[in-house]
This record gives sequence, structure tokens and C-alpha cells, in this order.
Amino acid sequence: MNENVIAARGLIKRYGTFTAVDGIDFDVHRGECFGFLGPNGAGKTSTMRMIYRAAAVDGGTLMILGWEAADGRHDRAIKARIGVVPQEDNLDQELSVRQNLEVFARFYKLPRPEAARRIDELLKLLRLEEKAHSRAEQLSGGLKRRTQIARGLLGTPEILVLDEPTTGLDPQARHDLWERLNALKRQQATLLLTTHYMDEAERLCDRLVVIDHGKIVAAGSPAELIARHVSPVVVEIELTDGAVPTEAEALKQHARRVEVLSDRLLLYADHGEQLIAQAAHLMPDRRALQRRTTLEDVFLRITGRRLEE
Amino acid sequence: MAPSRGVDWRLAWAVWMRNFTVYRRTWTLNILPNFFEPLLYLVGMGLGVGFYVREGMNGVSTYLAFIAPGLMAASAMNGASFEVTYNMFVKLHFAKTYDAFLSTPVQIEDIVMGELLWAVTRALIYGLAFLVILAGFTLAGTPMLSGPGALALPLALALIGTLFALIGQLFTSKVNTIDLYSYYFTLWLSPLFIFSNVFFPVDRFPYGAQIAWFTPLYHGVRLTRGLAQSRFGTEELVSAAWMIAVCAALLWIVPRTYRRRIIR
Repeated sequence: MNENVIAARGLIKRYGTFTAVDGIDFDVHRGECFGFLGPNGAGKTSTMRMIYRAAAVDGGTLMILGWEAADGRHDRAIKARIGVVPQEDNLDQELSVRQNLEVFARFYKLPRPEAARRIDELLKLLRLEEKAHSRAEQLSGGLKRRTQIARGLLGTPEILVLDEPTTGLDPQARHDLWERLNALKRQQATLLLTTHYMDEAERLCDRLVVIDHGKIVAAGSPAELIARHVSPVVVEIELTDGAVPTEAEALKQHARRVEVLSDRLLLYADHGEQLIAQAAHLMPDRRALQRRTTLEDVFLRITGRRLEE
Repeated sequence: MAPSRGVDWRLAWAVWMRNFTVYRRTWTLNILPNFFEPLLYLVGMGLGVGFYVREGMNGVSTYLAFIAPGLMAASAMNGASFEVTYNMFVKLHFAKTYDAFLSTPVQIEDIVMGELLWAVTRALIYGLAFLVILAGFTLAGTPMLSGPGALALPLALALIGTLFALIGQLFTSKVNTIDLYSYYFTLWLSPLFIFSNVFFPVDRFPYGAQIAWFTPLYHGVRLTRGLAQSRFGTEELVSAAWMIAVCAALLWIVPRTYRRRIIR
């Protein structure tokens, strides 16, 4: 068990004087879904690009499927075993879904009959059969992303890398895509994904790292991270202009920790019922609600900032 | 300079196939202009202007026959140039097509060679359309080709295509904005078209021939004009060697500039 398909130590990526990835360590195990959670510009995409060999490694070591990737000598072998679903839509717009896949089948050197069979399989897996002959430019965002996933799976990769897979999709397409990715997980695929959506990370990832300013600031399973960094529940009280009303001061002593955001006061606690009752009593006009803590709270706790802004 | 990683020709062919697949969709629509352009020049310049031109044509009897091989060389130049300029720039910067290719076992060197082969294919499509028309004129009693030398013209067109594809690829690897191509076309390809002996001997200007000797289309025109008359003397040999040598140098340089540009 726990065979490492990727192992990074002190991994660095620089662009000029800017250090995008600043000495990070992580291991990805075979068969798991591993996530990089962080705000835009945190270094997630740079890390992914080093893994799928689109960017040079500027420092540290990066072992992928047993090869040292940093010197670039095994790029072809590594890329043959990694499928990539990039953030931007880079399908061939003038070609049909099927033609897009046929072009890539040649890049993976699949013999023709095998390519045809594999393409049929993937069109079915991603429910694209009816769109097989539609041109890419005519597809919705969700269908485009599904086509890109089919394309990423063509070479029967050992690792599938997904960079922000649901960014820009409508809620229905997001849920649909999560369902497809969960189906892949059930087939023991190794998934590597970046996201700045905490619900996505919580839903899909077995383990994840929280990344900020090019550094890993926390690592573990979603449940572990929540248990380690924040209390189980949080009570949110609506604020206007970040001003904390004097009545709320009394509540603070019942919370384990307090965060003041521009629109909300967050009171972290082991149990929320008492806080909610008090809030309703002291400030009947303000909306107050209790919820389970999430990775969003973990991120806020660690970095002092909100994730999705 | 970054080391080049070697080319997998099967993957270069796969890149060629991708371009062919896109081209094939509009094949019937695209092929026609390739025939109109030569006709336009041959009729307008060759028969129109040619009516007033009576001498100085290096032993060729008509102005029409004088300009035809040079125009054919220029059409190969144009055919190759469009593919490696605007088309390649879009795939590189806007459509992110190459990013997608590079996420597979395809390496940048395979892409550069695949695009090169495709640009040569386009140069041949343009050039051969021209050749077919010249053969038609010849058979119809207006001689433009004479002797077996014409059979080597496809090779010359492929060489011209390779040369201009590599020059265009080098330019594309260096530019950051698509607007710069208007300079490439108006300040580079257009002057070459005018001052490479296509329409008049360039030594009409002081040092004209000496300067033109260092430019690529001059040699393309000299070679095609020689072959059209089944002449392969020192001049034609020197021009063929000149183009092969420059191609060889660029084949070394161009993949390396792309690797440095793309893999950062």
C-alpha cells in the first residue's frame, strides 16, 4: 500500500525574481485523490505544470513514477503515463469531439483499432456519445471539460492531473463532473487536482495540501485538517461594514476563537446551540446561523484570509 | 543554448495529420484560390505588362515565360509563410494548442518538425498548382517550360518551402504580438518578392545583385528559372547549395529557440 507515484522534496519554481513555488514537499499515493487547495496565484498551477513536464524544475527533486523529473531526460516516458486536464479550454475548436480524441490517440501511438475502441469507451464513460460529432466550439463549458477529461484518459494514464476542473462551470455541470470524477475514483484511478473551491476539495480529495504564497501551510485529509485547526462548529452573525456591535462582545467569551470578516462575525465553538440562543436574545434583528466548520475555516485560520475572493 | 531533445518522427507526422484533418474540412474551398492567384499574375503581369517588354529576359522569348518560374517560387514562399506565421502564432499563444499537444508524449521538437512538414506541404500545394497551370500553358502552345528540368521543380519548391518555413518559424519564436507580422509581410516578404529577379533583373539597381545574393528568394527564383529551362549550371548549383546550407543552419537553431521559449 501507500506506494508513492509522486514524491517532491524542496520543489522550487521561479519566474524571474518571483518564486511561485517555494520549496514544497509532498507525496502522492497510488489510487488516491490528492488535492492542492489554495487561492489563485498560490503556486498550484506551477506545481502541476512541473509535474506534467510543461515547466522546468528550478530546485529540489521531483520523482514521478520512479523517474527523476527535474533534469527533463524522462519527459516522454513520464508524459506517456500522465493524463492532463488543463484549466483553459485548449480543444481544437474546429474539430469534432471524436476528431479531437483521434488526434490525441496518434500522440499516444495507439494503433487504429485500439484507438477506435478506446475512444468509444471514453465517450461512453463521460456520456459524450451523442456529442461525438459536434464541433468543440459548439459545446457548453461542462461538455468541453468532459471532452478534455476523455482526452486526458486516452493514454490510459497512471495519474490524471486536473487543474481547476470545475472553474467556470455552472452548478449543475459541477455536480455532474464530480459524479464523473467519483466514478473514476471507484476505478482506483490516481487523481491529482487543484482547486480553490473548498467544497470540491472536501468532496473529492482523500488527502490534500493547503498552499499559499508558494508554500504548503497545512497537509492531511479534509477531516484531519478540520479537526486539527478549527473547532467542530461555527456560528456566523451577519455584520454591516465589519462593525462589531457591542452586544456581540458578550458572546465572544463563549467562543474558542473569533474572526471578524467584512460581512460576518465568526464564533468558533464545540457546540453552537448556546451561542445561537444568546445571539437571538441579544441581537434579534441580526441573522445568525450555525454550521459545521469546513476547509474554508481552516484556510482562514492558517492564513488570516478567505479563500474564494 | 538549451539542448535539443531529438525528434520522434512518428509524432511529428501526428502533428502533420492534425493540421491535415483541420485543412481537409475546408479542402475544396481552400484549394481554388491556389489556382486563381497564379492566373491573376500570369494574365495581368505576363500578358498585360509583358506586351510592352521586349528585351533583357535572359534568352527567354516572352515576358510571360520570364516571370512564370519566379512567381512559382514566390507562391511556394507564401504558402509556407502563412502556416508558420499567423497560424502558428495562434496555436502558440491564443488557442494554446501546443500546450495540449505537449501534455502528451509529444515534445516541442516534434511540433516544430510537424509544423515544418505541414508548411512545406502547403508550399507544395501552392507551387504545384502553379506548375500545373504552367504545364497547361505549355501544352496549349505558349511554352513556359522546356525539357526534363521541369521534373525537378517540385524538389526546388519543397526546398523553397522548407527555407521559408524555417525563417517564419524563427520569427514566430521571437515575437510576442501578432501585430508584428505586418512588418514580416510588408518589410520582409514583399521586398523579397519585388527585388528577387521575379519581374526584372535586380542588377538594374546599384549593387542590386550583390545585395540580393544574401536574400533567400533570389536563390529560389534563380533555381526555378534555371530548371524551367532545363538549365542546371554553376548559378543554379550555387543557389541550391545556398538554400540547403541556410536550411541546415536553421534546422539546428529553430528547435532550440522553441525549447527555450516554451519550456520555462
